[in-house]
Amino acid sequence: MGLLDFFKKIEPDKKKSPVLHTLFDAVFTFAYSPDSVTKGGVHVRDGMDLKRTMIHVVIAMQFCYLFGTYNIGHQHFIALGEHVGFLEGFHLKLAYGLIKLLPIFIVSNVIGLGIEIYFAAKKGHSVEEGFLVSGALIPLIMPPDIPMWILIVSVAFAVIIGKEAFGGTGMNIWNIALLARVFVFFAYPTTISGDEVWVSGFEKVAEGFSPEYGWAHGLFDTLFGWMGLTTFNPGASIVDGFTGATPLSLATKGGWEAVTQVYTEGQMWWGAIPGSIGETSKPLIIIGALILVATGVGSWRIMLSMLIGAVVMAMLLNAWGATPFMTVPWYAQFYMGSFFFAMAFMATDPVTASSTNIGKWIYGFLIGFIGMIVRVMNPAYPEGWMLAILFLNTFAPLIDHYVLEANMKKRLQSA
Amino acid sequence: MLIVAYQSMLQIALLIIGGLVFIAVLTSLADNLIQIEAKKSGIDTVNTNMSIWPSFGSLFKPATPNFTTASNFHKLRKGHDIKLEGQPEGSVDSNMVSRYSVRPQNFRGNAPIPKMLVEVGSEVKAGEPLFFDKQSPDIKYVAPVSGEVIEIRRGAKRSIVDVVILADKDQKHHLSDTPNLSDISREDLIKYLQSSGAWSMLVQRPFGLVADPSITPRDIFVSAFDTGPLAPDPSLALTGRSGDLQEGINVLSKLTDGQVYLSGNKAISTHLSGVDNADIHYFDGPHPAGNVGIQIHHIKPIKGADVVWTMSIDDVLTLGNLVTTGKYEPRRIVSIGGKVKQPKYVETLQGANVGELLSNQLEEDNIRIIAGDILSGKAVTNDDFLNANDDQITVIKEGNYNEPFGWLLPIKPRPSVSNTFPNFLFPDLTFDVDSNTHGEERAFVVTGQYEKMLPMDIYPQHLMKAIMTGNIERMEGLGINELLEEDIALAEFSCTSKQPLQSILRDGLDMLREQL
Repeated sequence: MGLLDFFKKIEPDKKKSPVLHTLFDAVFTFAYSPDSVTKGGVHVRDGMDLKRTMIHVVIAMQFCYLFGTYNIGHQHFIALGEHVGFLEGFHLKLAYGLIKLLPIFIVSNVIGLGIEIYFAAKKGHSVEEGFLVSGALIPLIMPPDIPMWILIVSVAFAVIIGKEAFGGTGMNIWNIALLARVFVFFAYPTTISGDEVWVSGFEKVAEGFSPEYGWAHGLFDTLFGWMGLTTFNPGASIVDGFTGATPLSLATKGGWEAVTQVYTEGQMWWGAIPGSIGETSKPLIIIGALILVATGVGSWRIMLSMLIGAVVMAMLLNAWGATPFMTVPWYAQFYMGSFFFAMAFMATDPVTASSTNIGKWIYGFLIGFIGMIVRVMNPAYPEGWMLAILFLNTFAPLIDHYVLEANMKKRLQSA
Repeated sequence: MLIVAYQSMLQIALLIIGGLVFIAVLTSLADNLIQIEAKKSGIDTVNTNMSIWPSFGSLFKPATPNFTTASNFHKLRKGHDIKLEGQPEGSVDSNMVSRYSVRPQNFRGNAPIPKMLVEVGSEVKAGEPLFFDKQSPDIKYVAPVSGEVIEIRRGAKRSIVDVVILADKDQKHHLSDTPNLSDISREDLIKYLQSSGAWSMLVQRPFGLVADPSITPRDIFVSAFDTGPLAPDPSLALTGRSGDLQEGINVLSKLTDGQVYLSGNKAISTHLSGVDNADIHYFDGPHPAGNVGIQIHHIKPIKGADVVWTMSIDDVLTLGNLVTTGKYEPRRIVSIGGKVKQPKYVETLQGANVGELLSNQLEEDNIRIIAGDILSGKAVTNDDFLNANDDQITVIKEGNYNEPFGWLLPIKPRPSVSNTFPNFLFPDLTFDVDSNTHGEERAFVVTGQYEKMLPMDIYPQHLMKAIMTGNIERMEGLGINELLEEDIALAEFSCTSKQPLQSILRDGLDMLREQL
């Protein structure tokens, strides 16, 4: 028990330095489950706690992280016309992706957890685990080129205004990760919408622009040079005709045909397309969703009803068929965009979703239904899940209210 | 290309749907003709299925076992059985414990300091009154054994916790007259039960109080089995006591204008099937199917101002014995299980001393002794006594240790309702549990979890929030009147946020009772 003794020795004083003590407590309870015993009520507690619940969501996201990291590099080199095959230049793409993703991950977690720890110390309770998931989600839903200061401001906004102002984990109304993203979306729209932002490493995504490499790339170049591998090529430039347009923005303009001219269905399904970092690969997200359903951590009711809602709306739009986007076959809608990511990781957030089982069916269905409307009919921004989920987050308490009213009415009426 | 394929797919789908509709029309026509024919030939078409389709209900309803009828059989799917090591098996030891206690605080609704009728040194016979509550002086609380009152233990604010009796070697009974049940009036029966000590065994819901004699309850419910962890085998208490059971039920049926409901499971169906004067229901499912509160909800729920009474099966047998022999003899078959040397059953009387029951049974020091089960029992010491309704003692280890990465990679198997543990692959695995909380208390985050542990049409999490915010109307609407602590205990066990649901519920019940 050497480590345990070490922890006991360095424990800071709770009164003198509350912030340090909260930090210590967070690290200590991460390494060792506490030695507290039950008092009153049940004598034996289930092995499940909030840390374990949250870590299973993070585990389910790991495939998205792996693929997302690689895909940042892949899209970068596609723009340059180098290493066009998916597995070509593997080391370069991975290194490039890591250089982009790691700072985003570290910054969003340091800022978010820092704020959490400060507020926890102020309120005198231990750090709650909510940000474990938010901090893992935020990097996956940002564009790879997001400026760090925007990321910092958005995470701080989401955690302070979205969560601590409401009383911390379990009390928030809106999904924290989506709140961070929607903040960027409304405050700095040019960094998160349009065609250019999804391919990273260029001042402007247009013909002839060369990539901007920094010292980290130089470090990797030295390493790759020693190993006799290919290195980054600062002299390359973006190939003719490359726009970086996502399938959704192509579909807005020219329907499904315009999409399939640029991307194959396989590319879109497996995820080798530009987009937010973690949302592109559908099979890997579905694996994550299955992990959540199998462990019972994510609500299958919300996932299934959201799928049904989206399919129904997509079919209705097919029947209407007024714009090129509406004529995109309903099943093809699921090749594009971030439907699955939103379904698996965003809509199922238990705090902001409906809390009754009947409510979950309604909540999920309406997200699918409304999200598809926003995606197809929104003139400015061809994706709808973020807005639809935040919208339904707002209405989830109302849905629950009516479900509970019905339950209460049944009980009081037949008295 | 894709769109063309899609359109032809649509056409094929339409053709298939059209074909299915055609077949459906034909078969339903034939079906109707059969039913018309059956009616003409005078066959009862309501109860026998004359259709070519199976009835919708029969497809999804569980098969009714042959010892009961469909309307009296309830299959419950929600809940969870916590399987622990140390389940007693086999025969029942008889253990004459020397000290017994009657605990005034077991009787909810009474003042903490009752009016004593005995003092230290008094000699009492079994069935003689010891004390009564000042609010209802007619209801007497009597001694389970004959002997000498050796101690009156006091707790916080001078409240009386234990009235300890040192039992005689040869038991002397205070014999009360045996009433003639066929012609006694309800008032006389109530007077008889009050003076003989049997009244205190009736529990009134909502709130779980000692029954109020001025009320006629809607119905009386008795659960003859217990599904809790390490609960004693229900057939032990019932074996050879069918006469007492029937007499007890007969008394109860005199006290209500409604029905006496007796619930059992498959294992005790032979003991219950012959009982008259009661509507016998059978429950099948995991814990808490054996809780009388759950059973009331499925048989005839408490609504509005309904008041029902309940009595434990042990007390029904005691009552039956009392009215036939005149002896008050509250027998208990206590299961001694968990972390003990030799898990076993012991036959004793109500309120026996814990330490004497556990003599030579304890292996280690760092343990917790629980009077009752691990879900809603009370932690006690060797010097304490069983509560009036306890029929088990569970011993578990204390969990005051730090476990490295215990939340992520637990070293030892532990009970859980979550599928993040591989427990669901080993349904027969029994667990060696301890009292560690396995995590810290958090705000409500996970939803839908309590509902899975409570087979009732109730939203426990919303009810808890209503209690915490003191919203009386909402508490009532969400069904607080149907619940007691034992019903919500399994949800508390499973709670990811480690919330104390039982004490929240009790706060709510107390709050509501003050409003009345």
